[in-house]
Amino acid sequence: MARLVVMGGGVSGHTAATFAKKWLGDAHEVVVVTPNSLWNWIPSNIWVGVGEMKKEDVVFPLAPVYAKAGIDYRQAKAVSIHPNGKEGSDTPYITIEYTGQGKEGQSEEVSYDYLINATGPKLNFDATPGLGDGKGGIGGHTVSVCTADHATHANLELQQIFAKAKAGERQKVVIGTGHGMCTCQGAAFEYIFNVEHEANKAGVRDMVDIQWISNESFLGDFGIGGLHMKRGGYAASSRLFAESLYTERGIPWTIGAHVSKVEDGRLEYELLDGSTGEMEFDFAMLIPPFAGVGLKAYDKDGSDMTAQIFAPNGFLKVDADYTPKAYEDWKASDWPRTYQNPDFKNIFACGIAFAPPHLISKPMSSPNGTPINPTPPRTGMPSGIIGKAVAHSITDLIQKGPDAHLHEASMAEMGAACVASAGKGLTDGTAAALTVYPVVPDFEKYPGLGRDLDYTFGEIGLAGHWIKHILHHMFIYKAKLKPGWTLIPE
Amino acid sequence: MKQIEERVKPYDQNFTTMVPTGFVKFMRTCILWQIIRFIVINIKMLIVVRKSH
Repeated sequence: MARLVVMGGGVSGHTAATFAKKWLGDAHEVVVVTPNSLWNWIPSNIWVGVGEMKKEDVVFPLAPVYAKAGIDYRQAKAVSIHPNGKEGSDTPYITIEYTGQGKEGQSEEVSYDYLINATGPKLNFDATPGLGDGKGGIGGHTVSVCTADHATHANLELQQIFAKAKAGERQKVVIGTGHGMCTCQGAAFEYIFNVEHEANKAGVRDMVDIQWISNESFLGDFGIGGLHMKRGGYAASSRLFAESLYTERGIPWTIGAHVSKVEDGRLEYELLDGSTGEMEFDFAMLIPPFAGVGLKAYDKDGSDMTAQIFAPNGFLKVDADYTPKAYEDWKASDWPRTYQNPDFKNIFACGIAFAPPHLISKPMSSPNGTPINPTPPRTGMPSGIIGKAVAHSITDLIQKGPDAHLHEASMAEMGAACVASAGKGLTDGTAAALTVYPVVPDFEKYPGLGRDLDYTFGEIGLAGHWIKHILHHMFIYKAKLKPGWTLIPE
Repeated sequence: MKQIEERVKPYDQNFTTMVPTGFVKFMRTCILWQIIRFIVINIKMLIVVRKSH
């Protein structure tokens, strides 16, 4: 009997664990180690953050689902990896620290035959002075929609802003990224338009000034270097698409910005041209930068081998080409295909936890040397597809032997469908429905734009909102492993 | 065109972009048209999903 341990129960880890268990059956063990007791459909946190949904609508308890699937669930955080075992034993293992199940604070060793790192990101609020609380959590000056609890709090604060606006007090709302190297611009993009939509519905839009700030060098970069789509006989850039939407909704933008400091009601930033500025706000939602969760790796003799397994940013090294290169020399083939660690063939990573070989957007920095560029997103559809591919590979390795062919899921060969909400409402809501193919541009295969224009498109409308709403229910249904769940694509 | 007159000022940052006209905005929430777009977008997305697996 082989044991697969999955660290992390988010979109990618949950997908990997549930498919692996389905394919491996009772003949082998699947263990999931995740510090959370609840599964969260993160895209819908945006609607929690504006009061259109409750936390209960976007989460469900993991324990009954894993019990039904026959997955060994440990509510704990992974602390360290010991890929060579320890003195007196060659069996690899991880150490975990329980956060629930009545064993809070207790440590345990969990051995594995195969290991998937799907821990997702650490929300690195403390990378920006004042954005964090100095202890790894969010500070008191801004809000976040990164977790369901954060979003619930964000809505409480937002409603107070609307109440003050109703009382005739002009309010300033700032939404965007809170650091020069943030990713997940899409979440902030969704949130700002939902806030704008809700301000309209509340009848206070005239009293609420809404401002966008982000590290993108052009509006519509989204961390993927933007995209182009056919529009009116032209290949139009997402820059036009985004600028048009911001203009239509009356939202000014500040881009190429690294937020360098956050205080009560005020933030400071540095721009790509080296100039600095500050903004005042009554309400701010700034996405934090991501880092690895801080897992350590130790050799058999107890020596630290973290740098061998993890990249400096804390993400796990996989089969990518990490050779430092100039932007012009980047290739689609640099991106990983199997997500297998090059040194330890029984360790894989998926979702945000794998180290990307380079940025997707062109790297930029201010004359002061401050890097200001979006880092690559690995969320949503790609993380689900990668999780499934990794589970398939490990299943084959267990069932067919070590020479089994590994399944591939390169982000430079896969597309992604993305639906960004721009306001909730079954008849008055809108969303930007986008597809991009491939996610990582391939300038050798598609010179010039890097992507296939036949499969890269986008439009704004109610239809996109309906799709977003259907996806919400569909993916929660799938994650609960209800009948027919495998038929729903990642 | 009212929103253009209200929100766009010459040589402001939003002066050089496209601004949707009333017809475009109407079509975005026109139920009949959006039902058609819903079908079209779903088909396009399914093609991309299929190509990605």
